[in-house]
Amino acid sequence: MTLLEFRDVHVTYTGSRGRVPAVRGVDLALEAGQVLGVAGESGCGKSTLAMAVLRLLPKSAEVSGEILLDGEDLLTMGWGRLRAVRWTGASIVFQGAMHSLNAVQRIGRQVAEPMLVHDKDLSAAKAAKRAEALLERVGLPPSRARSFPHELSGGQRQRVMIAMALACDPDLIIADEATTALDVMVQAQVLQLISGLVKERGVGLVMISHDLSVLSATCDTAAVMYAGKVVEQGPAHEVFARARHPYSAALGAAFPVIGDPASRRNPGGLAGDPPDPGRLPEGCSFRPRCAVAVERCGEASPELLEVEGARLSACFVAQEGEPVVLG
Amino acid sequence: MTASTTTSPRALAWARRRQSFARSWAAYRAQRTGMVGLVLLGAIVVLALAAPVLIDESALSVTQATGGRMEPPSADFPLGTDEVGRSVLALTLWGSRLSLLIGLTATVVAILIGTAVGVTSGHIGGAYGWFALRISDWFMVLPSLVVAIALLAVLGRSMGTTILVIALVSWSGTTRLVRAQTLTVQARPYLERARALGAGHWHQMTKHILPNVLPLVLASATLLVPSAILMESSLAWLGLGDPNVVSWGSILNRASDNGAVSAHAWWYLLPPGLAILLVVLAFMMCGRALEAVFNPRLRGEQG
Amino acid sequence: MSSDKVLTARGLRVEFGLPGGRVARAVDGVDLDVAPGEIVALAGESGCGKTTLARTLLGLERATGGEVAFGNVPLGRSTKALKAYRRQVQLVLQDPSGALNPRHTVYDAVAEGLRIHGITDDEPGRVAEALSRAGLRPPERFFLAYPHELSGGQRQRVVIAGALVLEPSILVADEPVASLDASVRGEILSLLLRLKEDAGLGALVITHDLGLAWSIADRIAIMYLGRIVEQGPVEQVLTEPRHPYTRALVSVLPDSPVAEPVVLAGELPDASRIPGGCRFRPRCQEVAAGNALKVLDQCEGVDPAVLGPDAEPHLVACHLDRALRDPARMSG
Repeated sequence: MTLLEFRDVHVTYTGSRGRVPAVRGVDLALEAGQVLGVAGESGCGKSTLAMAVLRLLPKSAEVSGEILLDGEDLLTMGWGRLRAVRWTGASIVFQGAMHSLNAVQRIGRQVAEPMLVHDKDLSAAKAAKRAEALLERVGLPPSRARSFPHELSGGQRQRVMIAMALACDPDLIIADEATTALDVMVQAQVLQLISGLVKERGVGLVMISHDLSVLSATCDTAAVMYAGKVVEQGPAHEVFARARHPYSAALGAAFPVIGDPASRRNPGGLAGDPPDPGRLPEGCSFRPRCAVAVERCGEASPELLEVEGARLSACFVAQEGEPVVLG
Repeated sequence: MTASTTTSPRALAWARRRQSFARSWAAYRAQRTGMVGLVLLGAIVVLALAAPVLIDESALSVTQATGGRMEPPSADFPLGTDEVGRSVLALTLWGSRLSLLIGLTATVVAILIGTAVGVTSGHIGGAYGWFALRISDWFMVLPSLVVAIALLAVLGRSMGTTILVIALVSWSGTTRLVRAQTLTVQARPYLERARALGAGHWHQMTKHILPNVLPLVLASATLLVPSAILMESSLAWLGLGDPNVVSWGSILNRASDNGAVSAHAWWYLLPPGLAILLVVLAFMMCGRALEAVFNPRLRGEQG
Repeated sequence: MSSDKVLTARGLRVEFGLPGGRVARAVDGVDLDVAPGEIVALAGESGCGKTTLARTLLGLERATGGEVAFGNVPLGRSTKALKAYRRQVQLVLQDPSGALNPRHTVYDAVAEGLRIHGITDDEPGRVAEALSRAGLRPPERFFLAYPHELSGGQRQRVVIAGALVLEPSILVADEPVASLDASVRGEILSLLLRLKEDAGLGALVITHDLGLAWSIADRIAIMYLGRIVEQGPVEQVLTEPRHPYTRALVSVLPDSPVAEPVVLAGELPDASRIPGGCRFRPRCQEVAAGNALKVLDQCEGVDPAVLGPDAEPHLVACHLDRALRDPARMSG
């Protein structure tokens, strides 16, 4: 059965600048044991989508549509049930582990805490044992349980965050830019760890990142978001290597493949800045930055349609079978 | 935008200053207490400035007093008279001039010392910074009234020494504040950029640190004025003020010396007391509002 | 290559005293050249000393050994000498939001360098010129803007314009695009490339992103624990890395030219506890796999020498690499 499913999800913030749509109709699905990548730049709505899963959005956000976890709608369930889901159903690993950890509590206690809260019968000693085992599982010596967050390096703290996310055996893990701040080698270590966990425990993983190249290496499917909508979706590596939307092509080109002569001394990029969600252009929201735009793009917003096999693209040009990259 | 504004750097600088002033003013206007304080303060200052026009200075003369001893309020003397028959209204109005003058001047002196020591000790640091900090700590822990009394006893009683003494006991708080803010600004990358451009200490302090510190200093100054006025009143009430001039503190001093309390002469005690209260309140309201406008932590840092 | 405008570092060392009497050797012997008209990438993990090296090259940090020179003139200590030097070598910081004083307009931020150096003739013209060279056109439109009114990419252009206004020969850019959105990065990198090609500007770009080096750099130096372990032309170093550390770094990239990903265990050691012998040995995959048995005593006992500048185009500080190359040279 499908583990996680978004059905026409919309999120709108109401603030001093009026109503700002952050997510504008997203449909995505994830099977257990699979990895779904969501790529996009800051402000494209990818983090809002992640927060919406566990209803962590501020009160000013209005969510509509359905988010189904194991067939149960997270948006309409009662608070008691939601609490249970937050403990055991799904957990989020955020970026910036220093701010998410309590600076004056030892690591072991912080990892054990959710277990103790969730399972009233569990003894403190047993929870501490399990916390140590979890730390070992994410590649940290169990003795680290007695350390404080400031005694750990950035990579080690990020591992602690993953250990905390695993504490209650969730079925779904959402990693929001979980490796962004890390160095290449540490990032590789953490990614290896995450992929291993997916295979071994059969959990579902949603990886959110601005780095399409990282997603292509770790995910099964990738969805590229722009201005609150999914503009391209398909097998992760194909989306990265042969984009069918001009935005995914530009995003992919921002992370060149070493050894590829086309990208040598030719940094890929896009003119212009990401759009202001409060003032989206008419028609296709990518049109002002698009090099292949045609007249139609200014008139209507393209739907996300199948262009070949398992690949979907919300681009009129790609839907007509034309290439989306110039030159 | 016209051609002249785009080419002259001076015009650009002025346009920018006008813009940022308009922004701060708009933020200030949004604060109700700040506006009430400002109106109140404006009224007090206007009254103090207009005192010579409203009541002739001769009303302060002991020999030319026209009323009886400690008369209750009447049509001739709306706030009654003092022990020699002068109008308490006239005394209070004229007293406001000296109280405000001493309060403001002492604050300016204290702020100047405090800002200079704070910025230099934070920016230059090292042995000098350590030394400057210890000195300001020392002034901070001294009981200010006791020190002020001792200094006045040594230096003699005059308006100048009163100002100096109040400034001396109140600069250290500003130093602390300015130093902390200096250290914060110091760590910003734009100072690193300025150093890489070749900026010396003077450029860094005047172009980057001071402009970022001054708004906070202004806010703290408005909170320092009432405490200086209170200090002046306390010193005058204790009989340590300049004997030749009238301030709110000296009115209270004479009132208590001449048995206004036992005579139940409330009209003699209340006006200067309430005046002090009003001024302090007005400055406090303005200061809090300014703090809210300028302190990024209270507003949410947006640059 | 004319040597009168080359930025050079020779045997550069920067040490910091730590509490407890330990000494962190942040930069531990570095030789590096940056000439006008070339982009050199300095790559390494955080904590390897690359930012300290950059700050020392700019005279913002004091070297405890070795020397920095510009055009064969050693960098002096006096305020005047430093000021003259800074007209030639300029800095571009990582986070453009923090690098601009929020109370200064774009005009003031760019004119700051001119004012510091007392250049008063045609200030508005110079500022406008620098802004348009940095890609902000028409420049007058940005004069009165405050940093918070600009996008991240525009802010970084303002920072670059502030450096360009002094007409320097060399830019030192510390992670110039790390805090920018992915689609904007290419634009800033293209700008650096264009400045190099059109104006003959030289740049030292400090980065942890090898893909960035591939996009714009001519040469690359890989830094590990305060020392450059491999340097040479980008094509050679990144497609045929010879140092085990470089190989591991390249191997974990998506679609890497190195077939088998090598994920090194552990993390960068503390700069106050640099291992003896080869500093990379404790994490070296070749040592772990037993491939380096023949030279193991050297790996454990001999510190590979500091890589000299330009003696050979592609330089590697690895005993195993030398052992493998030498017989090859003899037979060939």
